[in-house]
Amino acid sequence: MNWHEMPQELLINMKRLLVFIRKEFYHVFRDQRTLLILFGLPVAQIILFGYALSSEVKNIGIAMQDNSHDIHTEKIIRKIQSSSYFKTESPILDYKDIENRFKDGSIKCAVVFPANFGSDLQRIGGAKIQVIADASDPNTATIVTNYLNAIVNDYQRDLNSSAKINYQIVPELRQLYNEQQNGSLNFIPGVIALIFMIVCTALTSVSVVREKELGTMEILLVSPFKPIMVLIAKAIPYLVLSLINFMIIMFLSVYLLNVEIKGSFLLLLAESILFIITCLSLGLLISNVTDSQQTAMLISMMGMMLPTLLLTGFMFPLENMPWIFQAISHLIPSHYYYIIVKSVMLKGLGFSYVWKETLILIGMALFLLTIALKKFKIRLS
Amino acid sequence: MQDKAIICKDLTKQFGDFKAVDKISFEVSEGEIFGFLGANGAGKTTAMRILCGLSYPTSGEASVAGFDVYKQQEKIKKNIGYMSQKFSLYDNLTILENIEFYGGVYGVSRPEIKERSAVLIKTLGLEKEAKKLVGGLPLGWKQKLAFSVAVFHRPKIVFLDEPTGGVDPITRRQFWDMIYEAAANGITVFVTTHYMDEAEYCNRISIMVDGKIEAIDSPSALKNRFNTTSMDEVFYELARNATRAAD
Repeated sequence: MNWHEMPQELLINMKRLLVFIRKEFYHVFRDQRTLLILFGLPVAQIILFGYALSSEVKNIGIAMQDNSHDIHTEKIIRKIQSSSYFKTESPILDYKDIENRFKDGSIKCAVVFPANFGSDLQRIGGAKIQVIADASDPNTATIVTNYLNAIVNDYQRDLNSSAKINYQIVPELRQLYNEQQNGSLNFIPGVIALIFMIVCTALTSVSVVREKELGTMEILLVSPFKPIMVLIAKAIPYLVLSLINFMIIMFLSVYLLNVEIKGSFLLLLAESILFIITCLSLGLLISNVTDSQQTAMLISMMGMMLPTLLLTGFMFPLENMPWIFQAISHLIPSHYYYIIVKSVMLKGLGFSYVWKETLILIGMALFLLTIALKKFKIRLS
Repeated sequence: MQDKAIICKDLTKQFGDFKAVDKISFEVSEGEIFGFLGANGAGKTTAMRILCGLSYPTSGEASVAGFDVYKQQEKIKKNIGYMSQKFSLYDNLTILENIEFYGGVYGVSRPEIKERSAVLIKTLGLEKEAKKLVGGLPLGWKQKLAFSVAVFHRPKIVFLDEPTGGVDPITRRQFWDMIYEAAANGITVFVTTHYMDEAEYCNRISIMVDGKIEAIDSPSALKNRFNTTSMDEVFYELARNATRAAD
């Protein structure tokens, strides 16, 4: 090839690529299944994780028994009743009643004030409350007892301060316990990672494998269209669509879930592009090792989604896992992306804090892309 | 020397100890309709893949459209068309979009694509369907369209891998009319088939058995040689000695 041919050859190849990319967009926009995964999934996930699956527990059924009927117990009961975390049910009759209502699920927690609560508090300066929580769901039980503890502590503080200053009982429960709500913010970076993992990996691998199933891949390989170009043409539309997705997720996070983007949006965008490329490479790699759409979907979903869900640390703390799982977590790209998004988006940190993770992601992307391209070539020989 | 579209000399493809294609030699002239026959597993597909630039031979020589199969695969790809038994158009693209896509992939310019596709759609009588999705077309039409797309960029040679599989006899007949037309326009046709009546339509045929070409001639000459009136007999006589199990 001489120097005169080069630019023209390049131009022709670029035109071919554009023709191919346009075709890919036709596929995406005409396939309802793809559209649903592409745009329905992110919205559903954000809403699901943002609201339904938050660690904040609301409207817990609670029943109380006040054997003391003094000013203190009444105030505490009123505090509990005014909290949005609890839904007060009818008072408890006896111990058997608690057990029955735990069993039928109408309450998760029972509070009993002993007969001499008020007098103990005033005479001895200390009194006890019995809190019984249904620990069949340990998470909820822990949260419930924490809430109750906080309410009682709050009351105690009110009591102590009102001894010096006149009545200042202002129950500001929401603000006091906001730590719990903050916990749900951690879901956002995890959900973003999860969505990219599903959309980029699964959809790319399926779209390549679909051509194999249809027999069109054969035609493409016989055509002058270079195999590498097939992969690039497959990846570009999903890169573009994933970026649109990223914008949707950001929009929903900010305006629906009230999550503030504390760090640089551009940095976040750049890191996301890097992660998307990593996922796309993974998708292309999967498409090389399988010949059916079902298998490709299964590998992407089970092989990629579960580790992202379980081992990135956004649902379950990694620190508590056996070392083997912790070691595996270091092999998962989403683990690093999660750390990056958390740092930049939630903590407002700059590039100097995430360069290590960025470097690892770049390495992973290059590694996966190289194998994907090599494998694709081998298949042709 | 007469212009040859395909020249094979001792072409061999070996997978380990297994010789999928065993020293085959043949020539196909320009504008010829060449039938490439053989039982399943005889090595037809492997040979065809080499000629299409999809795989390298182990030894031997071959050139397609004047280009070497070892060194000039890219040039070969630009000069051939290909259609396989598997339906090869996109169901969720319209007829026009499919034509535009394949035309674009083969580097046909946009005005050319526009002009040729208008003519093509008129010839096929698909004016009403041009903007409908291909998925809704009957199989016969799809096959005819797929063939038209395979020769849309006016290749020197078109490779057809069992193009009429699963199609009714009338459509097959129409399909062969299209093949004749293409050949009349100077396109060399290299076709594999299982239908012996189709073999009769070819100018010359070769019959592969166990990786080797056992016979190569015009259908009438072959029938004379085996002293029968049907190609079925010829094929059976040659293929019954095959040792390879069909896959």
